[in-house]
Amino acid sequence: MDSFSLSQFGAFDLALMLVILLLPLLSFVILIFVGRKLPRQGDWLATMNLSICLGLALLLFAKMLVHEEAPELAFRSAAVAGVDAAGNGVIEDYNPIWVDVIGFVVKPGILFDNLTAIMLVVVTLISTLVHFFSIGYMHGDPRYSRYFAYLGLFTFSMIGLILSDNLLLLYVFWELVGVSSFLLIGFWFEKPSAASACVKAFITNRVGDFGFFIGIAILFTSFGVLGYHELFSALSADPTAGGTLSAGLLTAAGVLLFMGAVGKSAQMPLHIWLPDAMEGPTPVSALIHAATMVAAGVYLVGRLFVVFTPEALLVIALIGALTAIFAAFLGIVMHDIKKVLAYSTISQLGYMIAAIGVGAVTAGLFHLMTHAFFKALLFLGSGSVIYGMHHHQDMREMGGLRKKMPITFACMFIATLAISGVPLLSGFLSKDAILAGALFQWMVPGSGGPAWLYALPFVLLLMAAGVTSFYMFRLIFLTFFGETKSEHADHAHESPKVMTVPLIVLAVLAIGSGGLGLTSHLGIGTHWFNDHVAAPTLDVNEPNGAFLNTRSTELVLTEDEEHAEHSSHTIAMICSLLVAGTGIFLACCFYLWRKLSAAKVAAVLAPVHRTLENKYYFDNLFVGVLSKKVIVGGLNRFLWWFDATIIDGIVNLTARITRVLAAIQGLFDKIVVDGLVNLVGLVTIVWGFFAQRLQTGRIQTYLMMFLIGFVGLAAAFFLIG
Amino acid sequence: MDGIPIHFYLGVSALLFFLGLVTILARRNLVYILLGVELILNAASLNFVTFSRYGGNLDGQIVSIFVIILAAAEAAVALAIVLNIYNVFKNVDVDTPSELKN
Repeated sequence: MDSFSLSQFGAFDLALMLVILLLPLLSFVILIFVGRKLPRQGDWLATMNLSICLGLALLLFAKMLVHEEAPELAFRSAAVAGVDAAGNGVIEDYNPIWVDVIGFVVKPGILFDNLTAIMLVVVTLISTLVHFFSIGYMHGDPRYSRYFAYLGLFTFSMIGLILSDNLLLLYVFWELVGVSSFLLIGFWFEKPSAASACVKAFITNRVGDFGFFIGIAILFTSFGVLGYHELFSALSADPTAGGTLSAGLLTAAGVLLFMGAVGKSAQMPLHIWLPDAMEGPTPVSALIHAATMVAAGVYLVGRLFVVFTPEALLVIALIGALTAIFAAFLGIVMHDIKKVLAYSTISQLGYMIAAIGVGAVTAGLFHLMTHAFFKALLFLGSGSVIYGMHHHQDMREMGGLRKKMPITFACMFIATLAISGVPLLSGFLSKDAILAGALFQWMVPGSGGPAWLYALPFVLLLMAAGVTSFYMFRLIFLTFFGETKSEHADHAHESPKVMTVPLIVLAVLAIGSGGLGLTSHLGIGTHWFNDHVAAPTLDVNEPNGAFLNTRSTELVLTEDEEHAEHSSHTIAMICSLLVAGTGIFLACCFYLWRKLSAAKVAAVLAPVHRTLENKYYFDNLFVGVLSKKVIVGGLNRFLWWFDATIIDGIVNLTARITRVLAAIQGLFDKIVVDGLVNLVGLVTIVWGFFAQRLQTGRIQTYLMMFLIGFVGLAAAFFLIG
Repeated sequence: MDGIPIHFYLGVSALLFFLGLVTILARRNLVYILLGVELILNAASLNFVTFSRYGGNLDGQIVSIFVIILAAAEAAVALAIVLNIYNVFKNVDVDTPSELKN
């Protein structure tokens, strides 16, 4: 084992990654068993473990930052990097076999590249801050230690998801994330709404995971490998997998894989679980729904970018863009502060998904990071507000909290500026990059569908940007400005330091994390992200790879396209500034200066408003139509009928046949078998009846018979022989 | 002796054998049955001696001496049994000691 050095990656780093992975699990195991007996119920243990994880993650990230080589060279696959004779870092495949069932070989491994590094930092950072925040927020909860145990399990699953180097391991951790989010959302299971919310989240995710698993299965049956890099190299070596994989099938696999992301990242139409999941404790919302779990879907789509065909990418882009705009509209009409943030999250996730769909993978992942910071800040800030309001979260009861909770206000205001896309904050940089990517896709359409479809993402995302700034400023104005509107707001107070410090840390990151950014034309930032978290590429030379998306094959821009790319950045930036400004201005008109009345607008646009209030009737669709009519009414009835008629019929028929056969067999048994047995007995009895006469006990009789026998035999001998 | 053909001897022997056999079969008295057995043994002895004489070696005669010894031993044991039976049952009928029957 080589020692730790900044210039090379070695076994020591692998050990660090394993420590990062296992520490949260350790705190889960300890807290779930003996948490209540520990001093302070063990919150210090969980928090300390996570802090260590954060420190190690930062260390690894720092190494990645100073590393000059391209990320592929630094860490390529599941590997222990060693040092070759020349002193260069090399990769030794460290792939212990985990499962080996008749040709189905699974090797667990760690994939560590720049994307993993940044995701590790984001996850551990947010998780650590959430831990600290929860010490204040969850104070006095009857299941305090169990809460931290669940946080540990969740963080463990999420880190595992990021570190795993193959689809199966990813899927395992993916489901673990689902389970632990189920536990956390339903943490206050005494509330019926929380209990049903966690079930809803779990079931909705199952729908997506169902497709995800089939997608994995298609890829596995075609290529026989599960590791990302094995998969990618198999794909670039022979895109048709020896003729078993057609363009259509690969598209289907891509869309099915994307289904997993649709469920996890709350894209339409499976977004319905996320708003309900706000029933969990607010720090949990920050952890799960801002930074980690919902990001898993985006991470997946980004990781597997090359697998998606142009058609699949178009589907992804459109679903993402539609989610972004529709969820943003819903953010306008919600009154619950957390519900606004929930729809905002869905909308922003739509952004990321759409970004990857239009090929701007780096921008999407960049937005994933920046969004993690400012959305976690918003959630924790709202948690602080809710804590100050004694667990009241209706914005109509708030107002005027700016003076009562100055730190919370300042931090949330920064986050709002960031998410709205105010220049120089992190959100502006990432959103601008996404819009530029979408615009570029419009100018240079892909081959997945008609050209006008490629115009949609940009238009929808631009609209969503305006709506986003509108509802976010509405939230700020309703919560922090104006007059207090209830007793709780009158008695609101600033939260303790253990809660405000995480807010401040996040606020700094919400401003500064853009510095890692990628908008080189602004001349700021390190554009590390742009250089090092590039979309994976495929090196396809074969002509039959034509159906792969051109973004993942070697992309060479023509002169026109290069020009388009340059201009797309400028245009996108101007457009996004305009719409964001409009949104903020309108929000000011409605909620700050009170020049316009929201109620009047709602009255004028009554049908629209009603539709929004009912969340586009998605819940009605799922619960009322799909669940009640289709599943309960139709499917269940059909299944009942099928069960009662066909299955029971078969069972009854089998029973009847069995009975008839049994009767025949019984008769056979009685007559033939028993008859034979009885016959033997009878013959014995009859024979014995005669034979016993011979057994007189008199020697002379026996001797007589012997004599007769002898004479008989002698006679026979003489007569025959 | 040379004038007497072998089948005379054998005929006498067979006659003795059958007399003995009939005695055994017909008589009830144990003593008579023992006499029958003696007759059969002597018939066999006679046979042995006859064949020894005509066969040209002395094996048969040796066997006949064995038979006489055997007969003596047999008579001793059998008479002892008969005496015991008489002590118990007060007769020497062959059918009387049937208490183990049934």
